[in-house]
Amino acid sequence: MSAQHESGSLETQIDQWREFLRRRQAIHTVDVAELEDHLREQVSALVAGGLAPDEAFLVAVKRMGELDALSREFAREHSDRLWKQLVMVNDAGETRAPGRADAIMAVCLAVAAAIVVKLATVFIDLDQDGGRFARNLSLFVLPILTGYFAWKRKLASSTLRWIAAAFIAAAFFANIYPFTPEGSTEVLSVLHLPIALWLAVGIAYAGGRWNQVSGRMDFIRFSGELFIYYVLIALGGGVLTGFMAMIFQAIGMDVEPFFESWLLPCGAAGAVLIASWLVEAKQSVIENMAPVLTRLFTPLFAALLITFLVTLLVTGRGIDVERDALIAFDLLLAVVLALMLYSVSARDPLQPPGAFDVLQVVLVVSALLANAFALWAIAARITEFGFTPNRVAALGENVLLLVNLAWSAVLYTRFLRGRGAFQDLERWQTSYLPIFAGWAAAVVILFPPIFRYM
Amino acid sequence: MDINKDLIAASSTPIVLAILADEDSYGYAILRRVRELSAGRMDWTDGMLYPVLHRLERLGLVEAKWQVADSGRRRKYYRITATGRAQLIEERRQWQAVDETLRGIWQALRLPASAVQLLQGA
Repeated sequence: MSAQHESGSLETQIDQWREFLRRRQAIHTVDVAELEDHLREQVSALVAGGLAPDEAFLVAVKRMGELDALSREFAREHSDRLWKQLVMVNDAGETRAPGRADAIMAVCLAVAAAIVVKLATVFIDLDQDGGRFARNLSLFVLPILTGYFAWKRKLASSTLRWIAAAFIAAAFFANIYPFTPEGSTEVLSVLHLPIALWLAVGIAYAGGRWNQVSGRMDFIRFSGELFIYYVLIALGGGVLTGFMAMIFQAIGMDVEPFFESWLLPCGAAGAVLIASWLVEAKQSVIENMAPVLTRLFTPLFAALLITFLVTLLVTGRGIDVERDALIAFDLLLAVVLALMLYSVSARDPLQPPGAFDVLQVVLVVSALLANAFALWAIAARITEFGFTPNRVAALGENVLLLVNLAWSAVLYTRFLRGRGAFQDLERWQTSYLPIFAGWAAAVVILFPPIFRYM
Repeated sequence: MDINKDLIAASSTPIVLAILADEDSYGYAILRRVRELSAGRMDWTDGMLYPVLHRLERLGLVEAKWQVADSGRRRKYYRITATGRAQLIEERRQWQAVDETLRGIWQALRLPASAVQLLQGA
């Protein structure tokens, strides 16, 4: 009777202990199960040694170690789990800036970004010199966003100097070239400058952790969630504008001039800051968005690509390369890469390979095959077309994405066959990030003079 | 005897790998083996073993599998991989180098110390 009573109270104690562990975000349920097995083993060894169950429980819990220290140790090993709370930003584990100060800062900077863009439209005549405005657009917003993270992460001044130098160089190269208005090299510069500068944002975002795989992975997560938030805000903004137009039309007023010259530029610039702040502040709300979308669209894209390949083979049609088909295939590879990146970033690296991983490999391989057909078609006729800036840029991007995806496919297959760790894939993806930025910078800096600003 | 934390952390990889190279095992048994082999001198806090095991797993040096133990409970068993064995050889080489260096140093230091004693004796 008494023994039964005691074992009952031991169970209650273990239950309480388990609940305690579960509250720690860094320690997952499977780990709790593993630790519980350990605790029970220890208790029964101590009981066999002559201790009473509750004494044994106390000793076993004590030997397990202090809960805070244990949780910290788990957090250090599984830093991806802490993405939710970003405790790991400062290695010393300092407390985060209070949420309210953060919110005020974000709103102030959003207003600042809106003002900068608005001022730019005042100083640059959009009808005459729209190209200059477009080329500098990222320079109006991204430095402010970088500043937000520099403030938030308390960046070291040496890092800040490098980032500032990058922005100054960007401003220099965006403005010194005598571009032919609306020529290809100008459009390329407009498209590639934000990509190159996004690396500077990343370095600020990662704080001191840019050199770590986990720091860069967090930045990839952040970029994806930021995109989703931005699209959501844009949709909401669209609904707001629609209602504004309707109700003001009812009293005979046209809001279009206000919308075009105030709401759209200021809103679009400010939303970048607000969305970034929201991603940081509301991580637990939306954290699963990118992975959920990835899970949804990976099978669909795989089906699309396989159907395309089969159709190509059955009908024997060639790819029509004349209509900038390469750009379409570049975008396809970029989407496939994004699908892969976000499933990689959300995946628990310790999980054994599953069906979804196989699907991922199928997706990548079929994208590579489809792309090979396109490249083949273009290589056969490139001399006939000549090297225009657009074609060289598209070809370069294609090669970059191709190399990335091909090696990813190799690493993923190795992981599936149990010959490599999942971490190799993460490391490959994160070390590839500067290469994209480097290529984008090369397009901005080298292409205009090479192609005579046409 | 207390061994300092840094030493414990640095030696945890070769110790765990070596124990797993001997046979597949699970957390509690690994710890018991560490206590046995070190005659109680390596005093790990129990919980701290698990982040170490998870790190080795992430690096692909060991692999884990949940199995039902004799007790009827589910238990996570660890097994060393081929990469893990290679790493163990590498670790062993490095630790031997450290060990030999230290031995050399202890001996080199003993000479002057005994020389001092000789002088004092004379």
